[in-house]
Amino acid sequence: MQRSNIYILAFSAIMTVLIGGAMSLTSVLLKPAQDKQIELDTKKKILGAVMDISTFKTPEEVFSLYKDRVKSIVVDIKGEIISVDAKGKPLIAEKVNAQKNHKIDKEERLYPIYMILNELDPNVVEAYVFPMFGLGLWDWISGYVALESDLNTIKGVAFDHKGETPGLGARITEEKVRNRYKENKKIFSDAGNLESITMVKGEGITGLSMHEVDGLSGATITAKGVNKMLKEYLGCYQSFIMNTKGQNGIAIN
Amino acid sequence: MSAEATVVEKELKVEKKPAEPFLSKRRKNIVTDPLSDDNPITIQVLGICSALAVTVKLEPTLVMSIAVVFVIVFANLIISLMRNLIPGRIRIIVQLAVVATLVTLVSEFLKAYSYDMYKVLGAYVGLIITNCIVMGRLEAFAMANKPYDSILDGLGSGFGYAWIILTVAFFRELLGSGSIFDFKIFEAIGWTTFPTNGLMVDSIGAFVVLGILIWIQRSKSGYVEH
Repeated sequence: MQRSNIYILAFSAIMTVLIGGAMSLTSVLLKPAQDKQIELDTKKKILGAVMDISTFKTPEEVFSLYKDRVKSIVVDIKGEIISVDAKGKPLIAEKVNAQKNHKIDKEERLYPIYMILNELDPNVVEAYVFPMFGLGLWDWISGYVALESDLNTIKGVAFDHKGETPGLGARITEEKVRNRYKENKKIFSDAGNLESITMVKGEGITGLSMHEVDGLSGATITAKGVNKMLKEYLGCYQSFIMNTKGQNGIAIN
Repeated sequence: MSAEATVVEKELKVEKKPAEPFLSKRRKNIVTDPLSDDNPITIQVLGICSALAVTVKLEPTLVMSIAVVFVIVFANLIISLMRNLIPGRIRIIVQLAVVATLVTLVSEFLKAYSYDMYKVLGAYVGLIITNCIVMGRLEAFAMANKPYDSILDGLGSGFGYAWIILTVAFFRELLGSGSIFDFKIFEAIGWTTFPTNGLMVDSIGAFVVLGILIWIQRSKSGYVEH
C-alpha cells in the first residue's frame, strides 16, 4: 500500500533515533568490559612472551601477576626515557597504540618496554619485553620479543596477527613455532653487531646459526614480515639496549 | 491507513478456523524445510561467502552459527511485528537497518565477553549484514507472515545454515588441522604422523567439501536447477 511522503519521513526519523539510541547505549554500557578485555589481551601477550600462562584461569590472576612482576617504561629512539606525551599527559606504556605508533616516523615513535622483575628480588630485571609491529601477508602482525637480562639471548616471543592464513601464516602464534626462538638464539653477533633473528625459507632445516630459526612451509611472506619487523624494531631499541648493557643491568628505578 | 489494515486483518481472522495448534504440520514444515529440502546453502546457494570464510575450525564456526541464528530469528521477529507499519518504498532500508543493528549488538557483545573469538571472527560477524540468507528471509517471509511463524522460519533457516557450515568445518578441521574443537584427535589415538592437508585450511578446501555436500544432498532430493 502506498504511504504518504510525510509518513515515510516520520517513520525513518523515528527509526533512526531509536536505533541510534540503542546503539549508543550498548556502546557506552559495554565499553568498560571491552576495555578490560583489551587490557587483559595485552597483558597476557606480554607475560606470554616470557612464561607459560596457559594454566591461568581467571583474568584476576593475570592482572595480579602483571602488577607484581612487570614494570613498564617508554623510551625514544635514542633510548632515553620519556614520561610525558606531546600534550604533557603522563605516558603509560600499555596504552601506546602499536598500530598508530607504527605509522609515524621511526625517530618520532614511542617505544614501550616491559621489564619482568625477579619473583624474589624486585630490583632485579629478569627479562625485557619489546613490543613490535609490522606487516604480514594480508594484514598487520605484531609481536612481543623477550630478551634475557643479558639483552642478547631470546627468552621468548609472542606473536599476534589480524588475518594471516589459518594453518599457514597464522602458525606464528603456535607454541611449536614460538619455541623455535627459544633455542638459545642471540640477536647480537660475537663481534657485537645487531644481527636480529631470521626465520629461514622452508621448514625442517637443520644446521641453523644462532641468528636463524626454522621457517614456515607455505608461509614465506608471513615469515619475511616477521623478520622485517624484528630487524626494524630491534634496531630502534638498540640504543636502549646498548645504554642498559653499559650500565650493567638495571637502568631504571 | 493503518486503521484500514487492522480492519482487513480482523476480517481475515474471522474467516480463519479457530486457533491453529502450537506446532501444526504447516508450522513444523516451516522449520524443517530449510534443514534439507529447501536448505539456504545447498539448495538456494546463499550465504556461501561466510560458509567458506569461517569454517577452518569448528569453534569459530559454532560462534558464527549462533550469531547467525540469533540475527535471523530476531530480525524476522522485529520485521514481522512492524510489517504493517513499514512503508513499502523503504522496506529494504528498514530491513537492512534492523539487521545491521542486531549484528552490531552481536559484535559488541563478543568484543566485551569473548575477545579471543572477536579477534578470530572480527570482520565476518560484521558481514552477517550482507548474508543473503538474512535479508532473503525478511523479504520473502517476515514481511508477509505473523511473528510466531516468522520466528519458526528464522530458526529453520538459521539451523539449516548452521548444520551445513558445521559439517564443512568438521571435515576441514579434521583433515586440515587433525583436530576437533582444537583437540588433537589423531595424536590422542596414537597416530602422530597424520599428514594434515594444507588444501583443507585454504578456501579451496571449503569449496570441495561444500561441493560434495551439495552433490550428496541434491542427488538425494532429486533437485535440479532449471
